[in-house]
Amino acid sequence: MTITGIAAIGAGLAAIGAGVGIGKIGGSAMDAMARQPEMHGKIQSSALILAAFVEAVALFGVVVAFLQG
Amino acid sequence: MLFLAISFAGYASEDSDPNKDEEFNAKEMILHHVKDAHEFHLWDWKGKPVSLSLPIILWTDNGLTTFSSSKFHHDDQGKEIVEANGGKFVKLHEKIYQLDANATSVAFDEEHHPTNAHRPLNFSITRNVFMMWVSVAVLLLIFITAARSYKKSKDGVPTGIAGFIEPLVVFVRDEIGKPMIGEHKYKRYMPYLLTIFFFIWINNIFGLIPILNGANLSGNIAFTCTLAVFTFIITTLSGNSNYWKHIFWMPGVPVPMKIFLMPIEIIGMFVKPISLMIRLFANITAGHVIILALMSLIFVFKSVAIAPVSVAFSLFITVIEIIVTAIQAYIFTILSALYFGMATEEAHH
Amino acid sequence: MDLITPEFGLVFWTAITFLFLLLILRKFAWKPILGAVSDREEGIKNALASAENARKEMENLTADNERILKEARLEREALLKEAREIKEQMIANAETEAQEKANKIIEKAQAAIESEKKSAMAELKNHVAGLSVEIAEKVVRQELSNKDKQLELVESMLGEATLN
Repeated sequence: MTITGIAAIGAGLAAIGAGVGIGKIGGSAMDAMARQPEMHGKIQSSALILAAFVEAVALFGVVVAFLQG
Repeated sequence: MLFLAISFAGYASEDSDPNKDEEFNAKEMILHHVKDAHEFHLWDWKGKPVSLSLPIILWTDNGLTTFSSSKFHHDDQGKEIVEANGGKFVKLHEKIYQLDANATSVAFDEEHHPTNAHRPLNFSITRNVFMMWVSVAVLLLIFITAARSYKKSKDGVPTGIAGFIEPLVVFVRDEIGKPMIGEHKYKRYMPYLLTIFFFIWINNIFGLIPILNGANLSGNIAFTCTLAVFTFIITTLSGNSNYWKHIFWMPGVPVPMKIFLMPIEIIGMFVKPISLMIRLFANITAGHVIILALMSLIFVFKSVAIAPVSVAFSLFITVIEIIVTAIQAYIFTILSALYFGMATEEAHH
Repeated sequence: MDLITPEFGLVFWTAITFLFLLLILRKFAWKPILGAVSDREEGIKNALASAENARKEMENLTADNERILKEARLEREALLKEAREIKEQMIANAETEAQEKANKIIEKAQAAIESEKKSAMAELKNHVAGLSVEIAEKVVRQELSNKDKQLELVESMLGEATLN
């Protein structure tokens, strides 16, 4: 396997992690919104921010893949 | 959708046309699209590329050197040598190299790096710089028109484009500025937040318009790096004593913990803008790469049958990317505001 | 690797362009737009406050009106009451006065009657005295003729006199 292939696998693994993380954030945010519809806006914006933080980790993986690619 | 297909097909043919026997290389095509370029390639006409030549501005040992990118005659392999201001220049993979004084052509090592040429400081008006200026012109037109319309209407009621702009401006103020920085201090940062929000957003959108051959400005690390550095500078300059205390001597934890936290916080100070930079760059670039990769499936499989599938998928991704353009602009702005808010927060113990 | 190496030229142009954009938009766009928005918000706030004030004033006014009305009603009632009292008093006064007058008249009348009576009695007495004298004269004359008849006459005369 070439180094590019390994990098692609790494990026994929990072995407799995971030997917799980963002999924959890999304699920919890939905839960919270269902419980407290009046807090909808606040929950949504903080969920987006948190998703951005989690996503950054996956993007570091993507960048490493770019480095190799 | 038709535009999308045509324009990307144009790309593909550009790469495969010059050497008919050469295999279609999806990776090269995608990288060519995602990266910056010295000419604004519009479309191919009868096998010849139609493009807008952009000026090349170099700072060499002999001073400022300028010439048009058309002098390279669309050569990107370092074969066409342009002589200007006493220097010999070639374009290789969208980079300008200056040949050493006695060299007559580019020599490569085994990794295809030129051995007898170096890169002068390059201030060229590239495709991205050009599109950036277009976006600035559009922004100025939109917002100054909007601001004028307030003056015209005596009672301050937004009319025309201001009616569309105002909710966005109020959104940035009420959803980003006020909650993240705080009621009292947000006003100082509003111009920066608004400018960065709309600047990133419009460039994200321009990157998605296929007929412009997607100058991928906000997916270029130089662009995101510059904006992240601005955020970093503003954060650092507006940091109050409370902010620095939290970095160097975290209050409310035991002394060994303070010593332990200090390097982490110092690293964090730099990681924040770096993550801003990476996030925007990687999001936008990844979006473009995915759309183009789906499109190049048609040419990889050399079959029209695959076209509907890949067009449908890339349409789907494009729609997601349209949402991402706004979300990423929002995220960059809200995180910048968050960092400003952290820097200006007063101690509340 | 190429992809994540910032090109110096683009960094340079981005920085310059962004600063330019920031300065221009701050002066010509954000200031007027944010100013207009906050002015409007201020205006709405003021309008709401003044509406609230007006409402309060209105309330005060109606309260005042009601108070005045109430007072007026009370006053009217008081006036009416007073008038009624005065009327009653007047009636009472008149009654007592009339009573007094009547009493006086009666008294006068009685006094007059009394005096009349007295004078009548006096006259009567005089008369009786006169009569008595006459009778006595007659009796005295008759006694001279007939003692019995004389007595009889006196007796009858006296009987008559007491009847008066």
